[in-house]
Amino acid sequence: MISQEDTKHIAKLARLGLKETEIKKFQKDLSSIFNYFNSLKKVDVLNIEPTFHPAEHYLKERLDVMRQDKAESQPEQVVDSLIAAAPDKKKRHIKVKAVFK
Amino acid sequence: MNNLTIVQAHKGLLEKEFSALELTKFFLNKIKKQDKKISAFITVTDDLALSQAKEVDKLISKGKKVPILAGVPVAVKDNILVEGIKATCASKVLEDYIAPYDATCIKKLKELGAVILGKTNLDEFAMGSSTEHSAFFSTKNPHDLTRVPGGSSGGSAAAVAADLCCYALGSDTGGSIRQPASFCGVNGLKPTYGTVSRYGLIAFASSLDQIGPITKTAQDAEIVFDAISGKDELDSTSVESKVTNYKLQITNLKIGIPKEYFIKGIDPEVEKIVKQAIKKIEEMGAKIEEISLPHTEYALPIYYIIMPSEASANLARYDGIKYGLSKSNKDLLGVYLKSRADGFGDEVKRRIMLGTYALSAGYYDAYYLKAQKVRTLIRHDFDKAFKKVDAIFTPTSPFPAFKLGEKIKDPVSMYLSDIFTASVNLVGLPAVSVPVDSVGKLPVGLQIIGKPFEENKILEISKIYE
Repeated sequence: MISQEDTKHIAKLARLGLKETEIKKFQKDLSSIFNYFNSLKKVDVLNIEPTFHPAEHYLKERLDVMRQDKAESQPEQVVDSLIAAAPDKKKRHIKVKAVFK
Repeated sequence: MNNLTIVQAHKGLLEKEFSALELTKFFLNKIKKQDKKISAFITVTDDLALSQAKEVDKLISKGKKVPILAGVPVAVKDNILVEGIKATCASKVLEDYIAPYDATCIKKLKELGAVILGKTNLDEFAMGSSTEHSAFFSTKNPHDLTRVPGGSSGGSAAAVAADLCCYALGSDTGGSIRQPASFCGVNGLKPTYGTVSRYGLIAFASSLDQIGPITKTAQDAEIVFDAISGKDELDSTSVESKVTNYKLQITNLKIGIPKEYFIKGIDPEVEKIVKQAIKKIEEMGAKIEEISLPHTEYALPIYYIIMPSEASANLARYDGIKYGLSKSNKDLLGVYLKSRADGFGDEVKRRIMLGTYALSAGYYDAYYLKAQKVRTLIRHDFDKAFKKVDAIFTPTSPFPAFKLGEKIKDPVSMYLSDIFTASVNLVGLPAVSVPVDSVGKLPVGLQIIGKPFEENKILEISKIYE
Protein backbone atom coordinates (compact mmCIF):
# COMPACT_ATOMS: atom_id res chain seq x y z
CA MET A 1 0.00 0.00 0.00
CA ILE A 2 1.34 3.41 -0.98
CA SER A 3 0.97 5.94 1.85
CA GLN A 4 -0.89 9.21 1.59
CA GLU A 5 2.37 11.06 2.29
CA ASP A 6 4.06 9.30 -0.64
CA THR A 7 1.12 10.07 -2.91
CA LYS A 8 1.34 13.76 -2.01
CA HIS A 9 5.08 13.73 -2.57
CA ILE A 10 4.68 12.14 -6.02
CA ALA A 11 2.00 14.67 -6.98
CA LYS A 12 4.37 17.45 -6.00
CA LEU A 13 7.25 15.97 -8.02
CA ALA A 14 4.88 15.63 -10.98
CA ARG A 15 3.74 19.26 -10.55
CA LEU A 16 0.10 18.24 -10.22
CA GLY A 17 -1.89 20.39 -7.81
CA LEU A 18 -4.25 17.65 -6.67
CA LYS A 19 -7.21 18.07 -4.32
CA GLU A 20 -7.44 15.98 -1.12
CA THR A 21 -10.14 13.78 -2.70
CA GLU A 22 -7.87 13.14 -5.69
CA ILE A 23 -4.95 12.24 -3.42
CA LYS A 24 -7.15 9.62 -1.74
CA LYS A 25 -8.35 8.24 -5.07
CA PHE A 26 -4.86 8.05 -6.60
CA GLN A 27 -3.46 6.49 -3.43
CA LYS A 28 -5.96 3.67 -3.89
CA ASP A 29 -5.45 3.41 -7.68
CA LEU A 30 -1.66 3.44 -7.51
CA SER A 31 -1.66 0.83 -4.76
CA SER A 32 -3.77 -1.58 -6.79
CA ILE A 33 -1.70 -0.97 -9.93
CA PHE A 34 1.57 -1.54 -8.05
CA ASN A 35 0.10 -4.75 -6.63
CA TYR A 36 -0.32 -5.84 -10.21
CA PHE A 37 3.46 -5.39 -10.67
CA ASN A 38 4.28 -7.81 -7.82
CA SER A 39 4.62 -10.74 -10.21
CA LEU A 40 7.84 -9.14 -11.48
CA LYS A 41 9.57 -9.94 -8.20
CA LYS A 42 9.96 -13.57 -9.20
CA VAL A 43 11.75 -12.85 -12.49
CA ASP A 44 15.50 -13.41 -12.33
CA VAL A 45 17.33 -10.66 -14.22
CA LEU A 46 20.83 -11.39 -12.96
CA ASN A 47 23.36 -10.46 -15.67
CA ILE A 48 20.62 -9.25 -18.01
CA GLU A 49 21.23 -5.91 -19.71
CA PRO A 50 18.31 -3.47 -19.90
CA THR A 51 16.70 -2.63 -23.27
CA PHE A 52 16.05 1.10 -23.29
CA HIS A 53 15.43 1.34 -27.00
CA PRO A 54 13.27 -1.25 -28.73
CA ALA A 55 15.14 -1.14 -32.01
CA GLU A 56 18.77 -0.87 -30.93
CA HIS A 57 19.44 -4.57 -31.36
CA TYR A 58 18.27 -4.80 -34.96
CA LEU A 59 19.36 -1.31 -35.97
CA LYS A 60 22.90 -1.39 -34.70
CA GLU A 61 24.50 -0.42 -37.99
CA ARG A 62 21.67 1.69 -39.26
CA LEU A 63 20.70 3.81 -36.31
CA ASP A 64 22.76 6.92 -36.76
CA VAL A 65 21.45 8.91 -33.84
CA MET A 66 23.84 11.82 -34.05
CA ARG A 67 23.48 14.46 -36.71
CA GLN A 68 25.93 17.25 -37.51
CA ASP A 69 26.01 19.77 -34.66
CA LYS A 70 24.66 22.51 -36.85
CA ALA A 71 21.74 24.85 -36.18
CA GLU A 72 18.98 24.54 -38.76
CA SER A 73 16.96 27.71 -38.98
CA GLN A 74 13.20 27.45 -39.33
CA PRO A 75 11.03 29.61 -41.59
CA GLU A 76 9.93 32.87 -39.89
CA GLN A 77 6.31 31.81 -40.28
CA VAL A 78 6.88 28.68 -38.15
CA VAL A 79 8.73 30.71 -35.51
CA ASP A 80 5.89 33.24 -35.43
CA SER A 81 3.24 30.56 -34.96
CA LEU A 82 5.30 28.91 -32.20
CA ILE A 83 5.48 32.23 -30.35
CA ALA A 84 1.82 32.91 -31.05
CA ALA A 85 0.96 29.71 -29.13
CA ALA A 86 2.41 31.06 -25.86
CA PRO A 87 -0.31 32.25 -23.45
CA ASP A 88 1.63 35.26 -22.15
CA LYS A 89 4.10 37.20 -24.27
CA LYS A 90 5.65 40.53 -25.03
CA LYS A 91 6.58 41.02 -28.70
CA ARG A 92 8.72 37.99 -29.53
CA HIS A 93 9.40 37.03 -25.92
CA ILE A 94 7.49 34.56 -23.77
CA LYS A 95 6.65 35.96 -20.34
CA VAL A 96 7.25 33.83 -17.24
CA LYS A 97 6.57 34.66 -13.59
CA ALA A 98 9.65 35.73 -11.65
CA VAL A 99 11.63 32.80 -10.25
CA PHE A 100 13.55 34.81 -7.64
CA LYS A 101 11.87 37.00 -5.08
CA MET B 1 -19.24 5.97 -53.84
CA ASN B 2 -20.03 3.78 -50.84
CA ASN B 3 -17.35 1.65 -49.16
CA LEU B 4 -14.52 2.63 -51.44
CA THR B 5 -11.05 1.31 -50.76
CA ILE B 6 -8.06 3.45 -51.74
CA VAL B 7 -7.55 1.31 -54.84
CA GLN B 8 -11.21 1.66 -55.89
CA ALA B 9 -11.28 5.41 -55.22
CA HIS B 10 -8.15 5.87 -57.34
CA LYS B 11 -9.69 3.86 -60.16
CA GLY B 12 -12.92 5.87 -59.96
CA LEU B 13 -10.96 9.11 -60.18
CA LEU B 14 -8.89 7.97 -63.16
CA GLU B 15 -11.93 6.64 -65.01
CA LYS B 16 -13.78 9.88 -64.25
CA GLU B 17 -16.66 8.09 -62.53
CA PHE B 18 -16.43 10.94 -60.04
CA SER B 19 -14.15 13.89 -59.43
CA ALA B 20 -12.03 14.36 -56.31
CA LEU B 21 -14.34 17.24 -55.36
CA GLU B 22 -17.45 15.06 -55.68
CA LEU B 23 -15.79 12.31 -53.67
CA THR B 24 -14.75 14.76 -50.95
CA LYS B 25 -18.22 16.35 -50.78
CA PHE B 26 -19.73 12.87 -50.54
CA PHE B 27 -17.64 12.10 -47.45
CA LEU B 28 -18.12 15.53 -45.86
CA ASN B 29 -21.89 15.12 -46.24
CA LYS B 30 -21.78 11.63 -44.85
CA ILE B 31 -19.81 12.86 -41.84
CA LYS B 32 -22.36 15.63 -41.28
CA LYS B 33 -25.25 13.19 -41.37
CA GLN B 34 -23.83 10.13 -39.65
CA ASP B 35 -21.13 11.28 -37.28
CA LYS B 36 -23.70 12.63 -34.82
CA LYS B 37 -24.32 9.08 -33.65
CA ILE B 38 -20.74 7.78 -33.91
CA SER B 39 -18.72 10.86 -32.82
CA ALA B 40 -15.54 9.80 -34.58
CA PHE B 41 -14.40 13.33 -35.46
CA ILE B 42 -13.22 16.13 -33.19
CA THR B 43 -12.60 18.55 -36.08
CA VAL B 44 -13.88 18.37 -39.65
CA THR B 45 -11.60 20.27 -42.04
CA ASP B 46 -14.06 21.14 -44.85
CA ASP B 47 -12.07 24.02 -46.34
CA LEU B 48 -8.76 22.17 -46.36
CA ALA B 49 -10.34 19.04 -47.87
CA LEU B 50 -12.20 20.95 -50.61
CA SER B 51 -9.13 22.94 -51.63
CA GLN B 52 -6.96 19.81 -51.72
CA ALA B 53 -9.59 18.02 -53.84
CA LYS B 54 -9.75 20.91 -56.33
CA GLU B 55 -5.97 20.78 -56.78
CA VAL B 56 -6.12 17.09 -57.62
CA ASP B 57 -8.99 17.64 -60.09
CA LYS B 58 -6.88 20.26 -61.85
CA LEU B 59 -4.06 17.75 -62.30
CA ILE B 60 -6.40 15.03 -63.52
CA SER B 61 -8.15 17.34 -65.99
CA LYS B 62 -4.76 18.30 -67.41
CA GLY B 63 -4.16 14.63 -68.05
CA LYS B 64 -1.34 14.42 -65.45
CA LYS B 65 -0.56 11.06 -63.91
CA VAL B 66 -1.50 11.28 -60.24
CA PRO B 67 -0.23 9.18 -57.31
CA ILE B 68 -2.57 6.50 -55.97
CA LEU B 69 -3.40 8.52 -52.82
CA ALA B 70 -4.22 11.71 -54.78
CA GLY B 71 -7.78 12.84 -54.15
CA VAL B 72 -8.43 9.98 -51.73
CA PRO B 73 -9.98 11.21 -48.45
CA VAL B 74 -8.22 10.37 -45.18
CA ALA B 75 -9.01 10.94 -41.49
CA VAL B 76 -6.16 11.73 -39.08
CA LYS B 77 -5.91 10.93 -35.39
CA ASP B 78 -5.90 14.18 -33.44
CA ASN B 79 -2.43 13.64 -31.97
CA ILE B 80 -0.81 14.08 -35.42
CA LEU B 81 -0.09 17.67 -36.51
CA VAL B 82 -1.70 19.17 -39.60
CA GLU B 83 -0.48 22.73 -40.12
CA GLY B 84 -3.03 25.41 -39.30
CA ILE B 85 -5.54 22.87 -37.90
CA LYS B 86 -6.30 22.27 -34.24
CA ALA B 87 -4.41 19.35 -32.67
CA THR B 88 -6.24 18.75 -29.39
CA CYS B 89 -4.98 15.27 -28.46
CA ALA B 90 -8.50 15.03 -26.95
CA SER B 91 -7.21 17.04 -23.99
CA LYS B 92 -8.35 20.27 -22.38
CA VAL B 93 -4.66 21.20 -22.28
CA LEU B 94 -4.54 21.44 -26.08
CA GLU B 95 -8.19 22.30 -26.73
CA ASP B 96 -7.26 25.50 -28.62
CA TYR B 97 -3.79 24.49 -29.82
CA ILE B 98 -3.22 25.07 -33.54
CA ALA B 99 -0.50 22.98 -35.16
CA PRO B 100 2.35 25.26 -36.31
CA TYR B 101 3.68 22.72 -38.86
CA ASP B 102 2.90 19.40 -40.52
CA ALA B 103 3.96 16.06 -39.11
CA THR B 104 6.33 14.32 -41.52
CA CYS B 105 3.71 11.69 -42.42
CA ILE B 106 1.21 14.48 -43.20
CA LYS B 107 3.77 16.34 -45.29
CA LYS B 108 4.31 13.16 -47.29
CA LEU B 109 0.58 12.55 -47.73
CA LYS B 110 0.01 16.16 -48.83
CA GLU B 111 2.78 15.87 -51.42
CA LEU B 112 0.93 12.85 -52.81
CA GLY B 113 -2.32 14.83 -53.06
CA ALA B 114 -4.20 13.34 -50.10
CA VAL B 115 -7.48 14.97 -49.04
CA ILE B 116 -7.64 15.48 -45.27
CA LEU B 117 -11.24 15.28 -44.02
CA GLY B 118 -10.59 15.95 -40.36
CA LYS B 119 -9.11 14.96 -37.02
CA THR B 120 -10.41 11.97 -35.10
CA ASN B 121 -11.14 11.31 -31.45
CA LEU B 122 -8.82 9.40 -29.13
CA ASP B 123 -8.25 8.74 -25.46
CA GLU B 124 -6.63 11.86 -24.02
CA PHE B 125 -2.93 11.86 -25.07
CA ALA B 126 -3.62 8.36 -26.52
CA MET B 127 -3.86 6.93 -23.00
CA GLY B 128 -6.58 4.34 -23.00
CA SER B 129 -8.20 1.40 -24.73
CA SER B 130 -11.76 2.62 -25.33
CA THR B 131 -11.66 6.31 -26.41
CA GLU B 132 -13.77 7.01 -23.29
CA HIS B 133 -10.85 8.95 -21.82
CA SER B 134 -11.30 11.70 -24.43
CA ALA B 135 -11.83 14.99 -22.60
CA PHE B 136 -14.62 15.86 -25.06
CA PHE B 137 -16.87 12.87 -25.80
CA SER B 138 -16.85 9.09 -26.29
CA THR B 139 -16.83 7.55 -29.75
CA LYS B 140 -19.30 4.72 -30.41
CA ASN B 141 -18.59 1.44 -32.17
CA PRO B 142 -20.33 1.56 -35.59
CA HIS B 143 -21.26 -2.13 -35.26
CA ASP B 144 -23.09 -1.55 -31.95
CA LEU B 145 -23.59 1.99 -30.69
CA THR B 146 -23.77 0.85 -27.05
CA ARG B 147 -20.17 -0.35 -27.24
CA VAL B 148 -16.73 1.23 -27.40
CA PRO B 149 -14.69 1.36 -30.63
CA GLY B 150 -11.53 0.44 -28.70
CA GLY B 151 -8.66 2.82 -28.29
CA SER B 152 -6.80 4.86 -28.30
CA SER B 153 -7.23 5.33 -32.08
CA GLY B 154 -10.98 4.71 -31.64
CA GLY B 155 -12.07 7.69 -33.74
CA SER B 156 -9.89 6.62 -36.68
CA ALA B 157 -11.02 2.97 -36.54
CA ALA B 158 -14.70 3.94 -36.20
CA ALA B 159 -14.41 6.42 -39.09
CA VAL B 160 -13.01 3.71 -41.38
CA ALA B 161 -15.57 1.12 -40.23
CA ALA B 162 -18.48 3.53 -40.71
CA ASP B 163 -17.12 4.51 -44.14
CA LEU B 164 -16.67 8.16 -43.16
CA CYS B 165 -13.28 8.13 -44.96
CA CYS B 166 -11.34 5.81 -47.29
CA TYR B 167 -8.60 5.24 -44.69
CA ALA B 168 -7.19 6.78 -41.55
CA LEU B 169 -3.96 7.31 -39.64
CA GLY B 170 -3.59 6.15 -36.07
CA SER B 171 -0.77 5.75 -33.56
CA ASP B 172 0.11 2.64 -31.57
CA THR B 173 1.96 2.68 -28.24
CA GLY B 174 0.67 -0.57 -26.72
CA GLY B 175 -2.06 -1.65 -29.15
CA SER B 176 -3.76 1.64 -30.01
CA ILE B 177 -4.05 0.86 -33.74
CA ARG B 178 -4.58 -2.90 -33.58
CA GLN B 179 -7.10 -3.17 -30.74
CA PRO B 180 -9.57 -0.59 -32.16
CA ALA B 181 -9.07 -2.13 -35.63
CA SER B 182 -10.06 -5.46 -34.09
CA PHE B 183 -13.11 -3.98 -32.29
CA CYS B 184 -14.29 -2.15 -35.44
CA GLY B 185 -13.60 -4.90 -38.00
CA VAL B 186 -10.95 -3.09 -40.05
CA ASN B 187 -7.23 -3.57 -40.80
CA GLY B 188 -4.70 -1.92 -38.52
CA LEU B 189 -0.93 -1.98 -39.02
CA LYS B 190 1.59 -1.12 -36.33
CA PRO B 191 4.84 -0.81 -38.30
CA THR B 192 8.36 -1.71 -37.11
CA TYR B 193 9.62 0.91 -34.65
CA GLY B 194 11.46 3.61 -36.56
CA THR B 195 10.03 2.97 -40.02
CA VAL B 196 7.56 5.88 -39.82
CA SER B 197 8.87 9.22 -38.58
CA ARG B 198 7.37 10.35 -35.27
CA TYR B 199 8.05 14.01 -36.06
CA GLY B 200 4.78 15.86 -35.47
CA LEU B 201 3.21 13.03 -33.49
CA ILE B 202 2.46 14.41 -30.03
CA ALA B 203 4.87 12.40 -27.86
CA PHE B 204 3.41 9.89 -25.40
CA ALA B 205 5.96 7.10 -24.76
CA SER B 206 8.75 7.68 -27.23
CA SER B 207 10.38 4.24 -27.25
CA LEU B 208 6.99 2.67 -28.05
CA ASP B 209 5.01 5.17 -30.19
CA GLN B 210 4.58 4.43 -33.87
CA ILE B 211 2.24 5.89 -36.52
CA GLY B 212 0.41 3.48 -38.82
CA PRO B 213 -2.53 3.04 -41.20
CA ILE B 214 -6.09 1.89 -40.46
CA THR B 215 -7.63 0.65 -43.70
CA LYS B 216 -10.36 -1.46 -45.29
CA THR B 217 -7.92 -3.89 -46.94
CA ALA B 218 -4.35 -5.14 -46.54
CA GLN B 219 -3.47 -3.77 -49.97
CA ASP B 220 -4.53 -0.29 -48.83
CA ALA B 221 -2.34 -0.68 -45.71
CA GLU B 222 0.65 -1.45 -47.96
CA ILE B 223 -0.04 1.66 -50.04
CA VAL B 224 -0.26 3.96 -47.01
CA PHE B 225 2.74 2.38 -45.30
CA ASP B 226 4.86 2.86 -48.44
CA ALA B 227 3.73 6.48 -48.57
CA ILE B 228 4.50 7.46 -44.96
CA SER B 229 7.58 5.37 -44.14
CA GLY B 230 11.24 6.32 -44.55
CA LYS B 231 14.19 7.92 -42.80
CA ASP B 232 13.52 11.47 -41.63
CA GLU B 233 16.19 13.92 -40.47
CA LEU B 234 13.67 15.30 -38.00
CA ASP B 235 13.32 12.00 -36.10
CA SER B 236 16.69 10.59 -35.09
CA THR B 237 15.13 7.19 -34.36
CA SER B 238 13.69 6.83 -37.86
CA VAL B 239 15.23 4.43 -40.35
CA GLU B 240 14.97 3.56 -44.00
CA SER B 241 12.98 0.37 -44.25
CA LYS B 242 14.23 -2.26 -46.61
CA VAL B 243 11.61 -2.56 -49.31
CA THR B 244 11.06 -6.23 -49.83
CA ASN B 245 8.98 -7.45 -52.71
CA TYR B 246 7.57 -10.39 -50.91
CA LYS B 247 5.90 -13.16 -52.87
CA LEU B 248 3.70 -15.21 -50.61
CA GLN B 249 4.01 -18.96 -50.88
CA ILE B 250 1.77 -20.37 -48.20
CA THR B 251 3.19 -23.88 -48.37
CA ASN B 252 6.60 -22.51 -47.37
CA LEU B 253 5.24 -20.65 -44.35
CA LYS B 254 5.78 -21.64 -40.75
CA ILE B 255 3.31 -20.04 -38.37
CA GLY B 256 4.02 -19.95 -34.63
CA ILE B 257 1.19 -20.17 -32.12
CA PRO B 258 2.37 -19.03 -28.68
CA LYS B 259 0.69 -21.15 -26.03
CA GLU B 260 0.85 -18.29 -23.53
CA TYR B 261 -1.67 -16.31 -25.61
CA PHE B 262 -4.45 -18.86 -25.25
CA ILE B 263 -5.07 -18.44 -21.59
CA LYS B 264 -7.85 -18.49 -19.04
CA GLY B 265 -9.85 -15.29 -19.28
CA ILE B 266 -9.92 -15.15 -23.06
CA ASP B 267 -13.48 -15.04 -24.43
CA PRO B 268 -14.27 -18.61 -25.66
CA GLU B 269 -15.89 -17.29 -28.85
CA VAL B 270 -12.79 -15.20 -29.63
CA GLU B 271 -10.58 -18.23 -29.02
CA LYS B 272 -12.75 -20.36 -31.32
CA ILE B 273 -12.65 -17.78 -34.13
CA VAL B 274 -8.88 -17.31 -33.92
CA LYS B 275 -8.34 -21.09 -33.92
CA GLN B 276 -10.53 -21.40 -37.01
CA ALA B 277 -8.41 -18.74 -38.71
CA ILE B 278 -5.28 -20.74 -37.83
CA LYS B 279 -6.91 -23.88 -39.21
CA LYS B 280 -7.70 -22.07 -42.44
CA ILE B 281 -4.07 -21.21 -43.19
CA GLU B 282 -3.04 -24.72 -42.15
CA GLU B 283 -5.48 -26.20 -44.66
CA MET B 284 -3.96 -23.95 -47.31
CA GLY B 285 -0.61 -25.62 -46.67
CA ALA B 286 1.17 -23.57 -44.00
CA LYS B 287 2.96 -25.40 -41.23
CA ILE B 288 1.62 -24.63 -37.76
CA GLU B 289 3.96 -24.91 -34.81
CA GLU B 290 3.23 -24.39 -31.13
CA ILE B 291 5.84 -22.07 -29.67
CA SER B 292 6.53 -20.60 -26.26
CA LEU B 293 7.08 -16.96 -25.35
CA PRO B 294 7.71 -17.74 -21.67
CA HIS B 295 7.91 -14.15 -20.38
CA THR B 296 4.54 -13.14 -21.84
CA GLU B 297 2.88 -12.74 -18.44
CA TYR B 298 5.35 -9.96 -17.56
CA ALA B 299 4.81 -7.94 -20.73
CA LEU B 300 1.79 -6.03 -19.47
CA PRO B 301 3.20 -5.20 -16.01
CA ILE B 302 6.45 -3.87 -17.51
CA TYR B 303 4.52 -2.02 -20.20
CA TYR B 304 2.59 -0.26 -17.42
CA ILE B 305 5.92 0.75 -15.83
CA ILE B 306 7.90 1.80 -18.94
CA MET B 307 5.05 3.58 -20.76
CA PRO B 308 4.00 5.85 -17.83
CA SER B 309 7.66 6.56 -17.00
CA GLU B 310 8.27 7.88 -20.51
CA ALA B 311 4.89 9.64 -20.49
CA SER B 312 5.59 11.43 -17.21
CA ALA B 313 8.77 12.88 -18.75
CA ASN B 314 7.16 13.73 -22.10
CA LEU B 315 4.16 15.44 -20.51
CA ALA B 316 6.33 17.65 -18.32
CA ARG B 317 6.28 20.08 -21.28
CA TYR B 318 2.66 21.03 -20.52
CA ASP B 319 3.54 23.64 -17.95
CA GLY B 320 1.24 26.50 -18.94
CA ILE B 321 4.16 28.58 -20.22
CA LYS B 322 4.97 27.75 -23.84
CA TYR B 323 1.57 26.69 -25.19
CA GLY B 324 -1.64 25.02 -24.16
CA LEU B 325 -3.88 25.66 -21.18
CA SER B 326 -2.47 28.19 -18.73
CA LYS B 327 -3.93 29.15 -15.35
CA SER B 328 -2.51 32.25 -13.74
CA ASN B 329 -1.39 32.00 -10.16
CA LYS B 330 0.63 33.92 -7.61
CA ASP B 331 3.96 32.35 -8.54
CA LEU B 332 5.59 30.13 -11.17
CA LEU B 333 5.08 26.90 -9.23
CA GLY B 334 1.43 27.85 -8.80
CA VAL B 335 1.07 28.24 -12.58
CA TYR B 336 2.48 24.73 -13.09
CA LEU B 337 0.37 23.08 -10.37
CA LYS B 338 -2.90 24.71 -11.39
CA SER B 339 -2.48 24.48 -15.18
CA ARG B 340 -1.66 20.78 -14.99
CA ALA B 341 -4.29 19.94 -12.38
CA ASP B 342 -7.05 21.66 -14.37
CA GLY B 343 -5.84 20.54 -17.80
CA PHE B 344 -5.20 16.81 -17.48
CA GLY B 345 -7.95 14.22 -17.08
CA ASP B 346 -7.92 11.41 -14.51
CA GLU B 347 -6.22 8.75 -16.63
CA VAL B 348 -3.43 11.10 -17.70
CA LYS B 349 -2.86 12.18 -14.09
CA ARG B 350 -2.84 8.54 -13.01
CA ARG B 351 -0.15 7.65 -15.56
CA ILE B 352 1.96 10.71 -14.79
CA MET B 353 1.81 9.72 -11.10
CA LEU B 354 2.68 6.08 -11.90
CA GLY B 355 5.65 7.10 -14.03
CA THR B 356 6.90 9.68 -11.56
CA TYR B 357 6.75 7.07 -8.81
CA ALA B 358 8.55 4.41 -10.87
CA LEU B 359 11.32 6.87 -11.73
CA SER B 360 11.70 8.41 -8.27
CA ALA B 361 14.73 7.88 -6.05
CA GLY B 362 14.50 4.58 -4.20
CA TYR B 363 12.12 2.98 -6.71
CA TYR B 364 14.00 3.42 -9.99
CA ASP B 365 15.94 0.16 -9.68
CA ALA B 366 13.04 -1.90 -8.40
CA TYR B 367 10.58 -0.78 -11.06
CA TYR B 368 11.97 1.09 -14.05
CA LEU B 369 15.34 -0.62 -14.40
CA LYS B 370 13.91 -4.02 -13.57
CA ALA B 371 11.23 -3.52 -16.22
CA GLN B 372 13.83 -2.64 -18.87
CA LYS B 373 15.72 -5.84 -18.00
CA VAL B 374 12.59 -7.96 -18.27
CA ARG B 375 12.03 -6.24 -21.62
CA THR B 376 15.32 -7.82 -22.75
CA LEU B 377 13.99 -11.25 -21.76
CA ILE B 378 10.83 -10.65 -23.81
CA ARG B 379 13.02 -9.69 -26.76
CA HIS B 380 15.00 -12.91 -26.37
CA ASP B 381 11.72 -14.87 -26.41
CA PHE B 382 10.77 -13.36 -29.77
CA ASP B 383 14.30 -13.72 -31.20
CA LYS B 384 14.23 -17.39 -30.34
CA ALA B 385 10.74 -17.91 -31.75
CA PHE B 386 11.56 -16.16 -35.02
CA LYS B 387 14.47 -18.54 -35.60
CA LYS B 388 11.82 -21.23 -36.05
CA VAL B 389 8.80 -19.46 -37.58
CA ASP B 390 8.01 -16.77 -40.17
CA ALA B 391 5.11 -15.15 -38.36
CA ILE B 392 3.24 -15.46 -35.07
CA PHE B 393 -0.56 -15.62 -34.84
CA THR B 394 -2.47 -14.51 -31.73
CA PRO B 395 -5.82 -12.94 -30.95
CA THR B 396 -5.56 -9.13 -31.09
CA SER B 397 -7.72 -8.73 -27.98
CA PRO B 398 -8.95 -11.28 -25.44
CA PHE B 399 -12.54 -10.05 -25.97
CA PRO B 400 -14.67 -8.22 -28.56
CA ALA B 401 -15.81 -4.61 -28.05
CA PHE B 402 -17.12 -4.04 -24.52
CA LYS B 403 -19.97 -1.80 -23.36
CA LEU B 404 -19.45 1.92 -22.88
CA GLY B 405 -18.81 2.51 -19.18
CA GLU B 406 -18.04 -1.16 -18.46
CA LYS B 407 -14.35 -0.75 -17.56
CA ILE B 408 -13.94 2.97 -17.04
CA LYS B 409 -14.01 2.78 -13.23
CA ASP B 410 -11.45 0.00 -12.93
CA PRO B 411 -8.04 0.95 -14.39
CA VAL B 412 -6.48 -2.52 -14.09
CA SER B 413 -9.32 -4.21 -15.99
CA MET B 414 -9.04 -1.56 -18.73
CA TYR B 415 -5.27 -2.17 -18.86
CA LEU B 416 -5.89 -5.88 -19.57
CA SER B 417 -7.20 -4.84 -23.01
CA ASP B 418 -3.55 -4.45 -24.08
CA ILE B 419 -2.46 -7.90 -22.90
CA PHE B 420 -1.86 -9.36 -26.40
CA THR B 421 -0.60 -6.19 -28.08
CA ALA B 422 1.88 -4.51 -25.70
CA SER B 423 4.77 -7.02 -26.16
CA VAL B 424 5.10 -6.06 -29.80
CA ASN B 425 5.73 -2.39 -28.91
CA LEU B 426 8.23 -3.29 -26.19
CA VAL B 427 10.42 -5.05 -28.75
CA GLY B 428 9.62 -2.84 -31.77
CA LEU B 429 8.14 -5.51 -34.05
CA PRO B 430 5.57 -4.98 -36.81
CA ALA B 431 2.10 -6.46 -36.34
CA VAL B 432 -1.24 -6.26 -38.08
CA SER B 433 -4.79 -6.88 -36.87
CA VAL B 434 -7.00 -8.37 -39.57
CA PRO B 435 -10.74 -8.98 -39.14
CA VAL B 436 -11.48 -12.70 -39.41
CA ASP B 437 -15.02 -13.19 -38.13
CA SER B 438 -17.46 -11.85 -35.57
CA VAL B 439 -19.32 -12.80 -32.41
CA GLY B 440 -22.86 -11.76 -33.30
CA LYS B 441 -22.28 -8.36 -34.85
CA LEU B 442 -19.01 -7.73 -32.99
CA PRO B 443 -15.87 -8.19 -35.12
CA VAL B 444 -12.89 -10.23 -33.96
CA GLY B 445 -9.34 -9.56 -35.14
CA LEU B 446 -6.41 -11.90 -35.67
CA GLN B 447 -3.01 -10.43 -34.82
CA ILE B 448 -0.11 -11.38 -37.11
CA ILE B 449 3.32 -10.47 -35.72
CA GLY B 450 6.33 -10.36 -38.04
CA LYS B 451 10.10 -9.97 -37.91
CA PRO B 452 11.51 -6.43 -38.05
CA PHE B 453 10.85 -4.76 -41.45
CA GLU B 454 8.59 -7.58 -42.65
CA GLU B 455 5.43 -5.49 -42.92
CA ASN B 456 4.88 -6.69 -46.47
CA LYS B 457 5.03 -10.32 -45.44
CA ILE B 458 2.45 -10.05 -42.64
CA LEU B 459 0.18 -7.95 -44.85
CA GLU B 460 0.44 -10.51 -47.67
CA ILE B 461 -0.44 -13.28 -45.20
CA SER B 462 -3.40 -11.28 -43.90
CA LYS B 463 -4.88 -11.11 -47.41
CA ILE B 464 -5.99 -14.73 -47.22
CA TYR B 465 -8.66 -13.63 -44.71
CA GLU B 466 -10.25 -11.10 -47.07
